[in-house]
Amino acid sequence: MAISEEQVKHVAKLSKLSFSEKELHNFTEQLGEIIDMVELLEEVDTTGVSFMSNVTENLNVMREDVSEPGTDRDELFKNIPEAENGYIKVPAIMDNGEAGA
Amino acid sequence: MTKLYDLDLVTLHEKLTTKEISATELTKATFDRIKETEANIDAFLTLNEEKAMQKAAELDQAGITSDQPLAGIPIGIKDNIVTKDLRTTAASKILANFEPIYDATVMNKVYQAGLIPVGKLNMDEFAMGGSTENSYFKTTKNAWDQTKVPGGSSGGSAAAVAAGQIPVSLGSDTGGSIRQPAGFNGIVGMKPTYGRVSRFGLIAFASSLDQIGTLTRNVKDNALALNAISGYDKKDGTSANLAVPDFTAGLTGAIKGMRIGVPKEFMGEGIQKEVREAVEKAVITFKELGAIVEEISLPHSKYGVAVYYIIASSEASSNLQRFDGIRYGYRSENVKNLEDVYVNSRTEGFGMEVKRRIMLGTFSLSAGYYDAYFKKAGQVRSLIKQDFDRAFEKYDLIIGPTSPTVAYGLGENINDPITMYMSDILTIPVNLAGVPGMSIPCGFAAGLPVGLQIIGKHFDEATMYKAAYAFEQATDFHQQKPTILGGIAE
Repeated sequence: MAISEEQVKHVAKLSKLSFSEKELHNFTEQLGEIIDMVELLEEVDTTGVSFMSNVTENLNVMREDVSEPGTDRDELFKNIPEAENGYIKVPAIMDNGEAGA
Repeated sequence: MTKLYDLDLVTLHEKLTTKEISATELTKATFDRIKETEANIDAFLTLNEEKAMQKAAELDQAGITSDQPLAGIPIGIKDNIVTKDLRTTAASKILANFEPIYDATVMNKVYQAGLIPVGKLNMDEFAMGGSTENSYFKTTKNAWDQTKVPGGSSGGSAAAVAAGQIPVSLGSDTGGSIRQPAGFNGIVGMKPTYGRVSRFGLIAFASSLDQIGTLTRNVKDNALALNAISGYDKKDGTSANLAVPDFTAGLTGAIKGMRIGVPKEFMGEGIQKEVREAVEKAVITFKELGAIVEEISLPHSKYGVAVYYIIASSEASSNLQRFDGIRYGYRSENVKNLEDVYVNSRTEGFGMEVKRRIMLGTFSLSAGYYDAYFKKAGQVRSLIKQDFDRAFEKYDLIIGPTSPTVAYGLGENINDPITMYMSDILTIPVNLAGVPGMSIPCGFAAGLPVGLQIIGKHFDEATMYKAAYAFEQATDFHQQKPTILGGIAE
């Protein structure tokens, strides 16, 4: 299956990435080739085969519900690009509207 | 002075306990060696000199005893393993200035063992790639030929060990990222069973496949290093609550009667002639050692690459959502609103291969395609695992080449993602099934090392080490050295 430039644009939007026209064109071609490669799987009969997401058998690991000290607040701020008065600072959400997925 | 950089862990330990050398001298010699060779290899992204020297002095003060086999020994760490207060970038622009506020569980184990982390090693950005050319920062070179790739994604971890910059390193392996660079550099690389080593603090790429492992210049060193980093961790829900055996215990050289399968799918079309011949010779060596070696079939292994690129990319697209320019990492200056922070930080911060995988993963998980791609891949993954389960009912180990070819030229495949992806065809099925796999040197093709892959049963790394050690004792491939480590020219 080839993938169209329109689809690639949609996936880019979902991925929160933007591409130039030239990149979009290259990506459409490359993703198309990769999708052709993975479509090899169509020839495998998977009727009744279970879906495997992980190799471990213990999917839910429980612990005692006791409180433990958390991470120091100042430390958590160490890598934040912009902060003010103990808050993370970001630009306004509403300006130009949010292009949600 | 003896060339400390050429010594194995057992010898270094002996010199440290008898006080022939101090940890301070060894650490100093290690940084000298790195500085002397780094222009040729370019393996390190960050050096940890001040703290390493301090750690060495503390160890010298306390004294190193014989029950601390790794104390005072320098180690390099792949740069996707978080290290408290030591820059950790995953070789990405998006984390170029990131200083973690905690240590990965493996780092705590490294410190407990008395190992001295000397620096962080180059890799493909977020471990996505097979040549280390996807690093934002630099291009690491193969230790044997500086015009060739070191493999990847743990290319820095492998080249640094092979070039004698450090005797041991940690890497991570999602689809072959320890074994393939180990093979390309002629060293020993182990990807343990999924769950053997805690992933807490490993920057996630594909969480159901990622595993941390060890790279060294010989088998015993590797077993010693894996002893130190293995074990249950309550901070990683997928780590296995199982006792860790002493992986050096079975290193006797005796493997008579061991049953080994060679998948015919690993020896067919697409495998370089010299690689196949080296593995065929390895089969003869194993037979001479008394093992029973027979041809087997892993019929679904040929689908591994397709399954992998759907599953790994899907998991990556989800894992990499956290890089949004808000709490850490690169934030674009070019913003008008919050949406711009997300989109522009990611667009400017991620490299092309990472974007390619995020796009493929998002596509595979998106409405209308989930069943055809992600679900189908998960089902074929079951079949790949069943192939291994069936083979291991009859055999103790599976062997074959690590990679279809030896190391290729820098820049040769960089614009051809599919060729690059196919070079992982022999290592990927191992991650999909969660079994352990390792690479050991088994020959040369035009002066470049060939890797022999040894695959074991779940949590049976001990048998792999046993066989690898017997092979190593019977051959001299591990004693051959690249020029940079005093080989050939000598």
